[in-house]
Amino acid sequence: MMRAFVFRFKKNPELYIGILITVFVIVLILAGILFSPYDPDEMDAGAKFAGVSSSHIMGCDNFGRDLFTRLTSGAATTLLVALGTIAIGVGVGTVIGAFTGYYGGAVDEVLMRFNDAVLAFPSILLALVFISIFGSGTWKVIISLGIVFVPSFARIVRSEFMRCKNLDYVRSARLMGAKDLRIMFVHILPNTLTVLMPSTVIGFNNAVLAEASMSFLGIGVQPPQSSLGRMLSDAQAFLFMSPAYAVCTGCTIALIVLGFSLLGDGLKKNA
Amino acid sequence: MIKRKIVTLAMCVTLIPAVALSACSGDKGDESSKIVVGIPQDLEDSLDPHEAVAAGTKEILFNVYEGLLKPDETGNLVPAVAKEYSVSDDGLVYSFVLRDGVKFHNGKEVTAEDVKYSIEKSAGMTGAESLIAPFSNIKEVNVISKDQIDIVLEESDIDFPAYIANLNASIIPKSNNKPSTNPIGTGPYMYVSRSPQENIILKKFDSYWGTPANIENVTLKVIPNADSIVMNLNGGAVDMFARLTVTQTKQLAKNFNILEGEMNLVQAVYLNHAVKPFDNVDVCRALSYAVDVDNVLEMTSDGKGFPVGSSMFPAFKKYYVDLSDSYPTDMEKAKELLAEAGYPDGFKFSITVPSNYQPHIEAAQVISQQLKQIGVTADIKLVEWNTWLSDVYAGRNYEATLIGVDAASLTATAMLDRFVSDAPNNFTNYNNSEYDELYKKVYTAKTDDERIEIYKELQKNLADNAANIYIQDMAEFVALSDKYDGYVFYPMYIQDLAKIRLKDQ
Repeated sequence: MMRAFVFRFKKNPELYIGILITVFVIVLILAGILFSPYDPDEMDAGAKFAGVSSSHIMGCDNFGRDLFTRLTSGAATTLLVALGTIAIGVGVGTVIGAFTGYYGGAVDEVLMRFNDAVLAFPSILLALVFISIFGSGTWKVIISLGIVFVPSFARIVRSEFMRCKNLDYVRSARLMGAKDLRIMFVHILPNTLTVLMPSTVIGFNNAVLAEASMSFLGIGVQPPQSSLGRMLSDAQAFLFMSPAYAVCTGCTIALIVLGFSLLGDGLKKNA
Repeated sequence: MIKRKIVTLAMCVTLIPAVALSACSGDKGDESSKIVVGIPQDLEDSLDPHEAVAAGTKEILFNVYEGLLKPDETGNLVPAVAKEYSVSDDGLVYSFVLRDGVKFHNGKEVTAEDVKYSIEKSAGMTGAESLIAPFSNIKEVNVISKDQIDIVLEESDIDFPAYIANLNASIIPKSNNKPSTNPIGTGPYMYVSRSPQENIILKKFDSYWGTPANIENVTLKVIPNADSIVMNLNGGAVDMFARLTVTQTKQLAKNFNILEGEMNLVQAVYLNHAVKPFDNVDVCRALSYAVDVDNVLEMTSDGKGFPVGSSMFPAFKKYYVDLSDSYPTDMEKAKELLAEAGYPDGFKFSITVPSNYQPHIEAAQVISQQLKQIGVTADIKLVEWNTWLSDVYAGRNYEATLIGVDAASLTATAMLDRFVSDAPNNFTNYNNSEYDELYKKVYTAKTDDERIEIYKELQKNLADNAANIYIQDMAEFVALSDKYDGYVFYPMYIQDLAKIRLKDQ
């Protein structure tokens, strides 16, 4: 049993280290949200820049808000944004990719050229444009980033559908009289998962970083709500006075990204 | 080994010019005192005083240019290029007598023709539009003799001398055909050079008519990144920087003196009275009762700052009435008022804040937290400065905004005229007939005392109706290296470099 696990670990260490880090981060976030005695937005004039102590395990920020509580709720916001972004990106991307890949022709041509146009813009810049149209706020960030993430998934799914649509099992299904939609989403889609899964995890990583950069620039999540990028941008002003603020926030982002990118690599290797 | 030799060689090569340069400046002996002043933005708009719009540009050009009159540190107008002035009985003709021997930086004496040219250019009579709106009131500028000039107005205006003291009405030589790149004025410092996005160099003007500057050479170093200001100061690259935050001053090394003054603005949550529920006085009052100003100050600036209760800041001593106690923090009363107004469970609104002003963002967070206690949810909406100007200030498309409003000229009207219901700059859509009636009396008042009394009544009207959630006149911190002293605060956006001196001077 133990030997079998060591064997599997040695064969794909990225996967297991990735799982370990991700689970650790998620447990920490849940612990902060469920068990912290503080409200992440509650200010306390007496605890401004309080140092590390048993009551504040990471200290406090410039408004006397408990850093650990804020960090965990901030990480939760960031993960929520990333999750929403990926849900939109993968969902819409898969549908577009499936139709264009399966049918080809004029629909493919039009949608894919549109896709290319969206891909041609740097993603943050494009998200900025959407933010200025929709306005800022957590849900609007999710929608903006989601739109930006659609094209890359559409391309991945499209190429998989093009590869699969003439394979034997699809032909057999067609001969059995299956409708197009059934063939696309019941027969072909599950076979694209080996490619789609790792890119989803890596895309998730990019979404975390995109949210952090946008909030850092002040156009993402709005104060007083915390998010990792928002906190990093606040921490910047107090770099010399309270380095723990920036370091803790930065490390959390690094840890999340590291965990998911190892996970993505591991999944790719497994596939 | 060879590597080290190369390094030494490289160092020698770079040091030689440095030594040579320091030898150059050493020639003048003790006279070559210098100071490096950090500024947050380059003087990009224009070096022509009649075209400069940015407050950051005008505060520096104050050292290069002068008008017929100029403001002093107590907020009074003092004669500069003019020696004295008089007003005709009907208030329509202002006669200025020029001071003898005032010289431009190019060595030429100021003539009445130069003054006529400058005032006409500044008033937009010869081309570009005037930056001083009330100057449209100027009918003509007449040269009476070689040292007297008359300015004739269409209608009398008691605030006219204050506009004449505006930097945008500075006197420049008629012969200079490129004032925007080759600035020539009459101030204590003359312009030497400018490297865009890097620095501006000024030099003491030896033939200045008044008290000459103390420091020979001034370098204005552009530091656009707020995060590197502390490093530049601590590293010795900059000797002085104005408008620091409390946090920045706390991170400074010991060899800096931190001077505390006032920013001369009114920071408040400005409410748009055209949107519900801010059309209801009780709601506005409830919010004012719920906001604990002392707590805001404690949270954002360690208690530094001057609470205000109306649209006037304390530096305008003549006009200021202390109304900061109008709404002592009282959550019960706030809840009662809300219930009376029909919002027993509170309501939701958004506070728009420009994202480049960190102190305003911080204050907004504290206030949002305080309002939660009476069930009012205040979302914070960060917008870019340009968006703020177009949507909030010009478009009046907002619910509430947290910002600091300052005075464009040394007059009480600059603070109070924006609350007249049909004023073009009434961005809060304040509509109060009593206020409008009172404001009209400013123009019919016969004596200064009478007028001051009206200004005070106007402030009380704003406080009584809780026109806005007034917070404070923010504290301003200037860091000055302990080698220097003599810094003075003005009740306006001005950096007077001429008064700064070396300690042993």
